[in-house]
Amino acid sequence: MRKVWKRRWGKFRGLGMINPQSLLITLPEIEIAVFGLITLLAAAFCGARVTRHIGVLAIISFALAGFTLFCHLRLHFLLNGRLPVFAFGTQFVDDGFARFVKAIILVASSLSLLLSWSYFEKDGSERPEYPVLILFATLGMMLMASACDMLSLYVGLELQSLALYVLAAFRRDDARSSEAGVKYFVLGALSSGILLYGISLLYGFAGTTDFASLSFALRGQVQATPGIVVGMVFVCAALAFKVSGAPFHMWTPDVYEGSPTPVTAFFASAPKLAALALFTRFVLEPMSGLTAQGHQAILFISVASMLWGAFAGVAQTDLKRLLAYSSIANVGYLLIGLLVGGKTGVQAILIYFTIYALGTLGAFAVILCLRRGGKAASSLADLSGLSRTHPLVSLAMSVLMFSLAGIPPLAGFFGKYFLFLAAVQTGWLPLAIIGVLSSVVTAYYYLRIVKVMYVDESASPLDPLPDWGVRFVLGLSSLAVVGITLMPSPLVDEALRAARGFLG
Amino acid sequence: MSDFPLLSAVTFAPLLGAVFIFLFVKGGQDKKGKHAQRIAFLASLATLALSFLMLNRFNPADTGFQFVERFVWIPSFNIAYIKGVDGISVWFVMIAAILTPLSILSAMGSVKTRVKEFMIAILVLESMMIGMFTSLDFILFYVFFEGVLLPMFLIIGVWGGEKRVYAAYKFFLYTFLGSVLMLIAIIAMALHLGTTDMTAMMGGKFPKEMAVWLWLAFFASFAVKTPMWPFHTWLPYAHVEAPTAGSVILAGVLLKMGAYGFIRICIQMLPEASRHFAPMMIGLSLVGIVYASLVALAQTDMKKLIAYSSVAHMGYVTLGIFSFTRQGFDGAMLVVLSHSFVAAATFLCVGVAYDRLHTREISRYGGMATNMPRYALVFMLFTLASIGLPGTSGFVGEFLSLQGAYLVNGWFAALAVLGMILGAAYMLWLYRRLFYGELIKEDVRRMPDLNKRELAMFAPLLALVLWIGIYPATFRNVYAQSLEKALGEIQGVGHD
Repeated sequence: MRKVWKRRWGKFRGLGMINPQSLLITLPEIEIAVFGLITLLAAAFCGARVTRHIGVLAIISFALAGFTLFCHLRLHFLLNGRLPVFAFGTQFVDDGFARFVKAIILVASSLSLLLSWSYFEKDGSERPEYPVLILFATLGMMLMASACDMLSLYVGLELQSLALYVLAAFRRDDARSSEAGVKYFVLGALSSGILLYGISLLYGFAGTTDFASLSFALRGQVQATPGIVVGMVFVCAALAFKVSGAPFHMWTPDVYEGSPTPVTAFFASAPKLAALALFTRFVLEPMSGLTAQGHQAILFISVASMLWGAFAGVAQTDLKRLLAYSSIANVGYLLIGLLVGGKTGVQAILIYFTIYALGTLGAFAVILCLRRGGKAASSLADLSGLSRTHPLVSLAMSVLMFSLAGIPPLAGFFGKYFLFLAAVQTGWLPLAIIGVLSSVVTAYYYLRIVKVMYVDESASPLDPLPDWGVRFVLGLSSLAVVGITLMPSPLVDEALRAARGFLG
Repeated sequence: MSDFPLLSAVTFAPLLGAVFIFLFVKGGQDKKGKHAQRIAFLASLATLALSFLMLNRFNPADTGFQFVERFVWIPSFNIAYIKGVDGISVWFVMIAAILTPLSILSAMGSVKTRVKEFMIAILVLESMMIGMFTSLDFILFYVFFEGVLLPMFLIIGVWGGEKRVYAAYKFFLYTFLGSVLMLIAIIAMALHLGTTDMTAMMGGKFPKEMAVWLWLAFFASFAVKTPMWPFHTWLPYAHVEAPTAGSVILAGVLLKMGAYGFIRICIQMLPEASRHFAPMMIGLSLVGIVYASLVALAQTDMKKLIAYSSVAHMGYVTLGIFSFTRQGFDGAMLVVLSHSFVAAATFLCVGVAYDRLHTREISRYGGMATNMPRYALVFMLFTLASIGLPGTSGFVGEFLSLQGAYLVNGWFAALAVLGMILGAAYMLWLYRRLFYGELIKEDVRRMPDLNKRELAMFAPLLALVLWIGIYPATFRNVYAQSLEKALGEIQGVGHD
């Protein structure tokens, strides 16, 4: 009770003037925002010829934000917890969980920028707004990772989503890209509406938007009022849309397929983690008093995503679509961690997602390597014979695919192991069994990719490999997967620290 | 205990060879392929030398695990890198170490495309197999157990026959489906005891209701791997489509992983549940023996015939194990040893004919005894060993296994003997169709006899088969104490 009171008091104090401590805590976000504004002006005045420079600036700002995050970590360590974790009242929280998620987001954003290094140039649609939009999307995601209030949650989510809608439609000359953008925007706006409605219901019935107070208000109730349950389900549905969990996944395959490939790579990695982090915080903090009702909804989404992602993926012939279904299935697994909750659940989510993001970014890098006669190719058949022409690329791709399939000894296995371990530990055994069985089905389509590369004869020769950016991302992600395989300990320990930071 | 990590050396020597080939041999045709072959062969010989060193230093009187290595791997989850062998696993390691160089020798003649990649795959496979037999941490065990699937999937899928893709998928998905259930069981066991150390799990520490479910999960994995009827349907496809070297490893080592799992996990960790399910296991084994033998009789494809005979022979292994008698256990171990070498040899024999005529149809051959006398002799000896003629390895194991079954119930032995009779029928009939009769087919007449490489391939197998047949004590002495301990554990558990 006292804690909550203290927080509220802090909130009122924060409203009066901007607290320097708050500025210190939000420094990484401020850096990115400043860089975003500078690059926006540069893009407006200098045009397409500075695209490269803006890209470099964006990566520098990511690195700077990452460095600041690291300094925060040291600062927390040195001050031994005396540094406040909340900024701007209780809008923004800077705990271990948020820092871990932000670190992964920054890495994933930088890598997806590298993936686009020469992509748009080749298609003649190079525009300086691209890195700027990535910067603002990343800013939104970082806010999401730290959001500790319904309002900052919504602001972060919208900032990210608006940037993503534009990114999806970035190739204006391409009908499918435009279609993807429109589809994403219409459905995204709908889900934002549902989210906002859910938030207002929660506010109406609980009287607060702050996570901690919400949790406190809801825990005291013996019987949740229907208004609160409906509000919570609405928020869950909107968040499930953002992480593309079935049955709110409809947009995913189309948007993944239609968007330019570097954008798809970005979609599959950083925004997903940000939305998942938000989902985690929402379920484990304000909703912790309503596990009985909340679990029903998440359980359904989890099982539906695992099964739908596994079975619908089998029939796909386009690689980007296939990876979209793979991401749906993986969200199903990640939601198991959400159901498990607690330190083990959060730790498992973070480990699993890190390994998944590496695998999926690497897989998109391979798709970016596929070009025939200057045109980007992304069908499964385009991979055929890759092992003869590009043995290293196909080896890296097989490593990533086997890792995604969760076949030991590769890192993906550890992700699944910790997740299912946590599930069995907390009595979600049936869920773990559904999980492993659906992972056998997903193994089929990952294997099919390996088969096409190694067994099928190539149709026509591919263009030479793209620039260093794509190759760097591919090399880095596959080496990281192998590295985690050999030394899982650092990742496991970091994730545990992050989970501890989250739940005290 | 010496400081040298002998088991890690045995495990990772082939992997080192694979990495060396990957980095330093350029993947080209012809000449470059030769380099890869030689390096792979040397790496597998080095592994063999190291494993002989292990066998030499092994102390049979000690029933515990030897050459134990222990490193912390993931401390926060209490997962460690633990290696060690006892008298049982030491032989499984030897089987893998002996058969890999032989399969590489056979691949030198038959694998013409992507030689470099093939050699890498087979060395990685060897690493995984040996790693699995020497692992004493459950997660490590699982990692190696599944790690076998990847190289084998590629070996079947890339270098296999016409329907290789279907066969590779079937192989992979069947075994993967079985082993993910095992993963859940491993998780449950690890949570129950708070550790993944396999030695800590032995001796029936799980409550009966839990053990029954755990046992079923392991059964799903090992029954597919062994394979037991009715989970054997992947095997004929995988065997038929795999290249000869792949079939050798598949029949010689991969199937034995199932047997090893039954002994190490089902018997030693879940003895009570094993007792509970013994009637089912014996029943499935008997059906498997008779059914697979009958099906083998009807085959027109050489490799398929031998694949079904493998199912029948592995039936004797599970029959022996689940009779819970000394004779049965002994028999199971000896059938494992014998079948590894005999099945490997028969697949190599088939490979010899296939390399020359590129067909597995039995009816395409005939009369080969006339123009290929050496081949005929070698094939005959292994045929007899497969039938179980006294003096060959096949006899000792199957005899003991039958004796074990007889001690449980005379009818069981009677049914199992039927399998032996049928075995004689299909093997001798195969031999007659291949080697006797008129040598009328022109292309068969032009087939050359065994060359030196092929003789070098068969000689060690022949020696081993006769050695086991004539003086099995050499082999038995090593595993006897460990097996006795396992037997004591399961006999200590009361009947239901």
